Amino acid sequence: MSDPQKPSISRRGFLKAASVTAASTLVESVHAVAKEANEASRGPRTSGPGLVPIVLHVNGIAHSLTVEPRLTLAEALRDSLGLTGTKVVCDRGSCSACTIWLDKLPTLSCMTLAIDVGSRNITTIEGIATGSQLHPVQAAFVKHDAMQCGFCTPGMVMSCVALLDRNPSPTLDDVKHAVSGNLCRCGTYPKVFAATLEVAQGRKLVNPIISANREKGA
Amino acid sequence: MNRFSFVDCTSVHDALDQMNHGAMVKAGGIDLLDLMKDGIIAPSTLVNIRQIKGLHGIVVSQQGLTIGPLTTLAELAAHPDIQQKYTALSDAAGHAATPQIRNMATVGGNLMQRQRCWYFRSAEFPCLRKGGSECFAQQGQNQYHAIMGNQICAMVHPSSTAVPLLAMEAHVELASKKGTRTVALNKFYVTPEESIENETIVKEDELITSIFVPSPAKGTRSAYQKYGEKESFDWPLADAGVVLVMDGDHCHSASIVLGVAAPTPLRAKAAEVLLTGKRIDEATARAAGKAAVSDATPLAQNGYKVQLFQTVIYRTILLAAGQLKRDPSAVGGLA
Repeated sequence: MSDPQKPSISRRGFLKAASVTAASTLVESVHAVAKEANEASRGPRTSGPGLVPIVLHVNGIAHSLTVEPRLTLAEALRDSLGLTGTKVVCDRGSCSACTIWLDKLPTLSCMTLAIDVGSRNITTIEGIATGSQLHPVQAAFVKHDAMQCGFCTPGMVMSCVALLDRNPSPTLDDVKHAVSGNLCRCGTYPKVFAATLEVAQGRKLVNPIISANREKGA
Repeated sequence: MNRFSFVDCTSVHDALDQMNHGAMVKAGGIDLLDLMKDGIIAPSTLVNIRQIKGLHGIVVSQQGLTIGPLTTLAELAAHPDIQQKYTALSDAAGHAATPQIRNMATVGGNLMQRQRCWYFRSAEFPCLRKGGSECFAQQGQNQYHAIMGNQICAMVHPSSTAVPLLAMEAHVELASKKGTRTVALNKFYVTPEESIENETIVKEDELITSIFVPSPAKGTRSAYQKYGEKESFDWPLADAGVVLVMDGDHCHSASIVLGVAAPTPLRAKAAEVLLTGKRIDEATARAAGKAAVSDATPLAQNGYKVQLFQTVIYRTILLAAGQLKRDPSAVGGLA
């Protein structure tokens, strides 16, 4: 129920507005900072402990921001850039909800320092779709109802899309292996497997898991 | 997490220059950030070696395998020569942690992880390792703790890759401003009896610069397996690395290492002796498993690990010998 006493601004909306303001004041310095970072490739370079200017290349866009060295990439994405699709659950590398890609490799944004990303390309769940067109894996997740509470879903999708990028025709075991680090408390795994295998096979299966097991002779 | 300075280094020389008091080395950063987030350590400076190119990569030669310490676990697991000639190492690297962590974590960092013990990893418990006067695991919740060498500190050794590397008689090269030294992995880890302050012989001003594994003798076969509470990914409850030099069905020599049995990885000499010169079959493998844990001293809640170790040892011996498939109920057994 809505509460008429509360201001009509959501927490997420506030953070987004704040971060856009912060980012836009710094856009001009993007190229200067990037150049500086390239030139500093020789010799040790000390930053912090106070605020340090960095550039993050997220979903093809360069964002300039200032961070303390202790800020994790997950915090930078969510709190500084407003990209709240990436979830933080355990914040210790145990659940993989915060999975993003660094140069196409699935990695954990909660165990990566923003300052340590450098020139590597970051892909988040926001960069998977093409405009309003869902990625086939996202569409298959929707079709197969492969989420319940949805908190693990962005990380699951990042793992499954990365799998299909490097292995277009995975087996059921390949899919299991790809999401072996992604914890789902709701137990949606069978539907995650079904969705991913359906995209891989490019055809509709009545029950992809049983069919995949039959193909293996199980 | 505490505030800290961050120093990006592009050479070993630069990194050694930065390793002053209060500084800690950061490679993949997984265990380091874990400890910092939990308030167990609070370094004033992180010396970032992640981008030192000379510390990265795998070279296979006639003499053996040279691994740069910044090589990731994923790279180690995916290397075809390692899969073929150093199978147990590929098995251990490929089943450690999660796919995401394997893309980030380095083999040098894997060897240098701090111990797994929930009393050590909780800031609430001033245990022996943190300058306190008590090992809380002795009388506390000790179902995941050591079953051997556990009288002073009952931590379990955390590194999966150390297990096959020790079985393969690997060496580690360390550099400091004073020069370099090479240490056999069997002298690398320090037992609680030897020192409660240090878990390895690596000094504060030293950096791992390479890991060398001698070329296996003709007829060598190896395997690593681990059991956990989950099959997908988990810290092991029991694990074993087995290297056999085989002549047909007969075992010419054996090297068997247990990982999470004790505070340091342990060679099971009694099991090795039992296999040497024998035909490998289920009976000899089971006898070796039994011998390996004959001097176990389990705590109140971890007696089950004695049985689990026997099982993982005998099944991994048979896996190495090519007589048994990977156990599907082992961690990562599905792949």
